[in-house]
Amino acid sequence: MMTIRDYVMAESLEQAFALNQKKGSRILGGMLWLRLSSTPITTAIDLGALGLDTIEETEDAFSIGAMARLRQLEQHPGLNAYTQGAVKDALGSIVGVQFRNLATVGGSIFGRFGFSDVLTVFLSMDTEVELYQGGVLPLTDFIRQKRDRDILTRLIVYKKPGRFVYRSMRAASTDFPVLTCAVSRWDGVFRAAIGARPMAAVRVEDETGILPEAVTEEAAAAFGEYVAARVKTAGNLRGSAAYRTHLVKVLTTRAALALGGMHDET
Amino acid sequence: MKLDLTLNGRAVSDDVRPDLTLLEFLREHGCLSVKQGCGTANCGLCTVLLDDVPVLSCSVLAVRANGRAVVTLEGLQEEASAFVGFLADQGADQCGFCNPGMVMNTIALLRENPDPSDDEIRAYLAGNLCRCSGYEGQLRGIRAYLDSRKE
Repeated sequence: MMTIRDYVMAESLEQAFALNQKKGSRILGGMLWLRLSSTPITTAIDLGALGLDTIEETEDAFSIGAMARLRQLEQHPGLNAYTQGAVKDALGSIVGVQFRNLATVGGSIFGRFGFSDVLTVFLSMDTEVELYQGGVLPLTDFIRQKRDRDILTRLIVYKKPGRFVYRSMRAASTDFPVLTCAVSRWDGVFRAAIGARPMAAVRVEDETGILPEAVTEEAAAAFGEYVAARVKTAGNLRGSAAYRTHLVKVLTTRAALALGGMHDET
Repeated sequence: MKLDLTLNGRAVSDDVRPDLTLLEFLREHGCLSVKQGCGTANCGLCTVLLDDVPVLSCSVLAVRANGRAVVTLEGLQEEASAFVGFLADQGADQCGFCNPGMVMNTIALLRENPDPSDDEIRAYLAGNLCRCSGYEGQLRGIRAYLDSRKE
């Protein structure tokens, strides 16, 4: 059972960062996972008064505050227009509307959870993470970093002209995914982000040009094989490593077909 | 900690522990329609409106509701009564345990989207689990209510 000794509504990022350096302090996101933890929290730090709950769209990018709720992302017209609905597809299966009205994008990304649909879909885009102390870095680099006591303040998604498709496999609707897959094409390169491996999501780029701009069934299948060969999977209660590797092939192939405007059987 | 909020339209003040959940706070203040089901943010049983947005009160710290408006089923009797009869007509209530959360989220849905399709109803209510009905009764009841409004 979660216990909290002190709760602080931070008045500045500087204050929040200073408080968070103490052992036992925790930054509060949506608290969906945190409240299941039995680790005692000395100081719970709320970023709710710092204006980090907005999604700003400019000509070149989206700036998404860490405290923006998943439901805000799911319903954002600009973000969904840019991703051709991939963001809505990725978030719409996460538990329920009430859950997504609480869960924050910052909590989802900072946690680097192995089951994260959020991490997978943003990894398929040209996304950067802004940290209070660490500055701005690509999401691909942030995923590889060890968790520390910095504060994630926002995501920056550059509006590179591109196409995006999201697919996931779940044993039951709204359950944790067995595997997540987002395939995209921007800057002339196809990419596949694979999550719920069950480790944190990774991104594979089509470095050898397997997929032509006009996707064919053969090329999509070859891309599925290519990605599966480069993504490490493991087993847990939801599926074995071999099953997940098979799903990498299937979902990547289907997503690539859908990206090419072809029937993907889903 | 000092907590001031509006509960079902009336001002409420209290001193609360920092780790008290909104669910616990609401039950302590007589809102017994708000129940704990799974306790893991999965079942929707504890749904309340926080500043008009449906949330899981089991996963919200009471202190995070400071200065905000909370509405439970106790505060929405009139709005709920418009369609709960349609649910009952379809036998969708059965044991009744999930009903408050289901009704709260249906109200949120209909405020956001007054004329939803069946798929939109299913998607919006996906976070409300029912172990009796198989969900078809609820869907038929909501559909019957929506159809009745068009007559």
